[in-house]
Amino acid sequence: MDTLNIAGKSYNSRLLVGTGKYKDFEQTRAAIDASGAEIITVAIRRTNIGQNAGEPSLLEYLPPEEFTYLPNTAGCYSADDAVRTLRLARELLDGHKLVKLEVLGDPNTLYPNMLETIKAAETLIKDGFDVMVYCSDDPIIAKQLEDMGCAAVMPLASLIGSGMGILNPWNLQIIIENAKIPVLVDAGVGTASDAAIAMELGCQGVLMNTAIAAAKDPVLMAGAMKKAIEAGREAFLAGRMPRKLYSASPSSPTTGLIG
Amino acid sequence: MIHLTINGNPRQFDVERLTVGELVEKLGLAGKRLAIERNGEIVPRGSFAEAVLDSDDKLEIVGAVGGG
Repeated sequence: MDTLNIAGKSYNSRLLVGTGKYKDFEQTRAAIDASGAEIITVAIRRTNIGQNAGEPSLLEYLPPEEFTYLPNTAGCYSADDAVRTLRLARELLDGHKLVKLEVLGDPNTLYPNMLETIKAAETLIKDGFDVMVYCSDDPIIAKQLEDMGCAAVMPLASLIGSGMGILNPWNLQIIIENAKIPVLVDAGVGTASDAAIAMELGCQGVLMNTAIAAAKDPVLMAGAMKKAIEAGREAFLAGRMPRKLYSASPSSPTTGLIG
Repeated sequence: MIHLTINGNPRQFDVERLTVGELVEKLGLAGKRLAIERNGEIVPRGSFAEAVLDSDDKLEIVGAVGGG
């Protein structure tokens, strides 16, 4: 069985999805069901006090017993804020250790601040967390994160929410070749072919949110992403034919032609 | 009177003594899945009833929301 293995647990789905930007919780749930994702990311935010007391919560639509929650540190700009956020997440989710660390460096591009990310990862790993880390597509940084003890490295394909696809497949390939831990593309996927390309490069999985949530029909796109991830994975395992400028070897027999 | 900062906002409670558990009740959050940080330290859910708040404590009360 070809499974995704992260921090000692195996998963059948290689598509990890976010839970933000949907129209409502019903649509969130429907899209996640269509995606087949087993790991879903959530954000940690201040509770509204004194407002909407009876309002349903995300956890009612996506019970933590049914999914592996991956709390994230989206919106954190310092190692300290990221560590505090994930300690709160661990308490919120009854000691849950698997987390997505991201420390941003700039509110316009949402590009990661790798110095702060590394600082936070160090503290979190010492504190017993299994850290899946959002990072730049720098092969040296990715290796350092692995050596520190991260559970997975998750380089960006392109900027968060940009939908620009995989801008530097060569760097991704170097990261994948060097890594002994799972490499997942996180951020930048725009449509199904982007996800398939990531998997064909040898990524162990893809994490996405906007590509599904911002599609005209998010549920349909979620299904498309599921198929793309599976197709890309199988193509990777199958091993593609080499690229040639031209081939003097047609697919049909060269003998037995009439005339 | 106990003065607290809760999620960045000042709040006052006209009581002599207030535990985290009582505060959660007063805020209408009882039974909700949440996590609380007090002056930068996690207050474990199991100890809400014993954790007595001091004036000028800074609290963060958080939950899980949709995100990517």
